[in-house]
Amino acid sequence: MESINFIDLSLTNCFYLFIVGFVGGLVSGFIGSGGAFVLTPAMMSLGVPGIVAVASNMCHKFPKALVGSLKRAKYGQVDLKMGLVMGVSAEAGVLTGAHYQELIKQTYGDAGSNLYVSVAFVIILALVGGYVMRDTIKTYRSGVNEEEKPGRLALWVQSIHIPGTMVYFSSIKTRLSILFTIPLGFATGFLAATIAVGGFIGVPAQIYVLGLNSLMASATELVIAFVMGLGGTIKFAWSGYVDIRLAMIILGGSLFGIQLGAIGTTYVKPYVIKLVMGVIMLTVLASRALVIPVYLSQLELISPIADNTIKILKNSSFSIMILALILGATIILHALLKGRREHQNLQIINLKIAA
Amino acid sequence: MSQHKKAPPSTPFKLIGFGFLSITLYTTLFVYEKQILNLSSKGKWFFIIPILIAFCFSFVHGNFTSQFWDKLGMRAKS
Repeated sequence: MESINFIDLSLTNCFYLFIVGFVGGLVSGFIGSGGAFVLTPAMMSLGVPGIVAVASNMCHKFPKALVGSLKRAKYGQVDLKMGLVMGVSAEAGVLTGAHYQELIKQTYGDAGSNLYVSVAFVIILALVGGYVMRDTIKTYRSGVNEEEKPGRLALWVQSIHIPGTMVYFSSIKTRLSILFTIPLGFATGFLAATIAVGGFIGVPAQIYVLGLNSLMASATELVIAFVMGLGGTIKFAWSGYVDIRLAMIILGGSLFGIQLGAIGTTYVKPYVIKLVMGVIMLTVLASRALVIPVYLSQLELISPIADNTIKILKNSSFSIMILALILGATIILHALLKGRREHQNLQIINLKIAA
Repeated sequence: MSQHKKAPPSTPFKLIGFGFLSITLYTTLFVYEKQILNLSSKGKWFFIIPILIAFCFSFVHGNFTSQFWDKLGMRAKS
């Protein structure tokens, strides 16, 4: 096995990772995913080799998702069966996605691999993020803040009966063919191996294709993340790439965050989950779009870009990614505190009426 | 969707206990940093080491963080 360089950790580095972990955990606890897209580059910015950053990120992801899914299961938001069915197929997607990544890297080098990841980010986030955002605005304008109902596509999927493949899922209170859930799980895993955040497709797929409500979909995504994270950790730890110190520092912060994010889901209106997801997806899209010219230039597909400009574009891209996480966290905290205040006021009024 | 059951108020002993255990785990991780890192990055069947450490931390620190927010009054809507 090749020797791996594990970095020396200073107190400042630990604090930085703890804080990024906290914000990432807060977002994950609320929307079921997110945070990973910042954590890997955040570790790499400290000098951690790419593969060690990915491996350590995975190793913090599965215990975080475990704690988050247990917490949200207490609130009755988790469909364990759905999570496990999709999680297993997601694992297959992760392995296939990782294989494609390696193939692209071997054929086109680092710049080709980075370009592939960035283009995938931009296309998927534009399509899915744009749709989620449009739906959120539509729901907000309609003034309907109750539990969402399955859309037309989800109702059609639920109406299809394929003998021998039907499984009952408690989240939608009906039977569904696993021939629908398997490809969606696979796509979630494939995306997780490509852009590190499978939830960007897993959660919207559960909402719009399978008909789960936002709360159920985001909570069930944590089960999928646990299965994927555990499988990914085994794969990377088998080759000795996990820096357990990094993983546990991030976990330290993210467990504070995930508890708070999970609590937040009990106070907010359902569309807020979609709002946070849409805002993060579209902001990350801008971040990745910014670095595409850098990789195009490195592959000599466009005229060369000056080193200084490359540095500015890369730094701006990283800053926008952090902004995406901060924006998401701010909306969550604002919605949590507002919902909590309203709930407390309502309790006071009820007590006064009772008295 | 089903409403969760209201948890009974817990004593601060749990918070203190899990907090103490959590600090102990993190202190051990950094005092024996090199040995633990060597063991967990050996690869092959040693993959079990980082997995066990992660499960152990998630149980102890997860309980601590849960108690932490609970004691600060950050509880789920009941």
